[in-house]
Amino acid sequence: MSILVYTESENGKFKKAAFEVVSYAKAIADQMGTSVTAVAVNADNAESLGNYGASKVLSIKNDTLDKFNAKKYAAAIAEASKQEDAKVVVLSSSADSKYLAPLLSVNLDAGYVSNVVEAPSSVSPFTVKRTAFTNKAFANTEITTDVKIVGLSNNSFGLVESGGNAAVEDFSPSLPDSGVSVESIDKATDKVSIADAETVVSGGRGLKGPENWGMIEELAGVLGAATACSKPVSDLGWRPHSEHVGQTGKPVASNLYIAIGISGAIQHLAGINASKVKVVINTDAEAPFFKAADYGVVGDAFEVVPQLIEKLKAFKAQNA
Amino acid sequence: MKILVCISHVPDTTSKINFTDGDTKFDTNGVQFVINPNDEFGLTRAMWFKEKQGASVDVVNVGGAETEPTLRKALAIGADSAIRVNTEATDGFAVAKQLANVVKDGGYDLVIAGRESIDYNGGMVPGMLAAMTGANFVTNCIGLEVDGTNAKAVREIDGGKETVSTTLPLVIGGQKGLVEESDLRIPNMRGIMMARKKPLNVVEPLDVNAETKAVSFEKPAPKGAVKLVDADNIDELVNLLHNEAKVI
Repeated sequence: MSILVYTESENGKFKKAAFEVVSYAKAIADQMGTSVTAVAVNADNAESLGNYGASKVLSIKNDTLDKFNAKKYAAAIAEASKQEDAKVVVLSSSADSKYLAPLLSVNLDAGYVSNVVEAPSSVSPFTVKRTAFTNKAFANTEITTDVKIVGLSNNSFGLVESGGNAAVEDFSPSLPDSGVSVESIDKATDKVSIADAETVVSGGRGLKGPENWGMIEELAGVLGAATACSKPVSDLGWRPHSEHVGQTGKPVASNLYIAIGISGAIQHLAGINASKVKVVINTDAEAPFFKAADYGVVGDAFEVVPQLIEKLKAFKAQNA
Repeated sequence: MKILVCISHVPDTTSKINFTDGDTKFDTNGVQFVINPNDEFGLTRAMWFKEKQGASVDVVNVGGAETEPTLRKALAIGADSAIRVNTEATDGFAVAKQLANVVKDGGYDLVIAGRESIDYNGGMVPGMLAAMTGANFVTNCIGLEVDGTNAKAVREIDGGKETVSTTLPLVIGGQKGLVEESDLRIPNMRGIMMARKKPLNVVEPLDVNAETKAVSFEKPAPKGAVKLVDADNIDELVNLLHNEAKVI
């Protein structure tokens, strides 16, 4: 018996979410009295997962897996799961993990629950808390199958260092024909993605036009943050759809979310509700966002944001 | 090309979410139901295939009779016929099983579903359906072209997008971007009248056990009041974010 966890990497380097899912898997393993086996694909330093609680790492090195393919990855994880007699398989909430999860679920006849935010409240019956209604509620959900798949909501559990060592084993699963092949990838390499960001700076219609996004990007740059926007802004074509956060856009679960010139429609607030600390900057003191925020500044974004950039630069210089 | 669009019947995005029966059931009282937005983008793309490439478009929902107005709306938008699998949608797995049965019976080449429903957000039905029917699968899909049995799809990935080539039969998890918001169609009177005459077939469900069960619901803890910082005192905001919130 074991707890299996799939750890994502990019260009050989583990993502932060990889350490988080291992930390989470370790918590389940402790609850169930077993150990954690991680699966890593083309990752360097596989042994570093030991620090977060993995006892063993099945390390796959295969050039054909350089580009993500949901079917092949699901098959590899399924084979690892069977080999290790996994009772629970833990995944992150990245776009790729959410892509492969349902395929893995069918492959393993394992019930899958996504967007889980806490360690299981009980392992028998196996019950986890997940978000539902786009963060407007939580559902305590029981998985009734023998093998369970848990998709952990990014940034919900945190990293827990346990300082252990992991034994790294080579693993060569048999891979199916994929049916889907990648032709091209278009990805900004110098920008933080909303999914991976610790901080997100988001702009709304209050910014009056796409030409005013310079200060949003500058603020994001100072904070090492991703940029995002409200639905009207993406509908107006001021910013790409990929930046739209909210109920029909992307969910945000960052540590810090700064909303600038966003009034806070219920759909927007739902999408960003999982963020830990929310700051709103808006001229309208009656804007609904002030009810959802932790910190608020009633003021003109065109005056407040440049000040904030300046103060943050000074703060960074001082604390560097 | 035979297209099936999966339609989830969900609370409107502005709905207040409440629960009844000791927090075990969603309270539908006063809630307006709509076509799941992610499904509607897919349905609109399907209309394009119908008009430009002569595809046929059926819509399907797994649910009770109360979901029929939502299916009628899809017919009014332009789908040819509707299927309702007459059973409660219990979990993603059970829904995917029912849909797989419909797909096998109907011999569909292309199935378009939303990448997730905005109520339970499971995000698993399209992928499970693809795995169950042996179809290719692309989710978070923001672009789709079909030429004969070849398809080209664009998938949104974290921080960008990728273009993939694949073949039919294919299951798509669609979202905004598959068509633009401004392409969405509001049914006109003629569409609504025609929709009344279009077939809406009720089929009996397979006997399927769910794999997961929502045992109870809860709402987020109420939030404390916002701490206001004066616009002339941004130093204080930086201080609070550093020393109190500890996020910078």
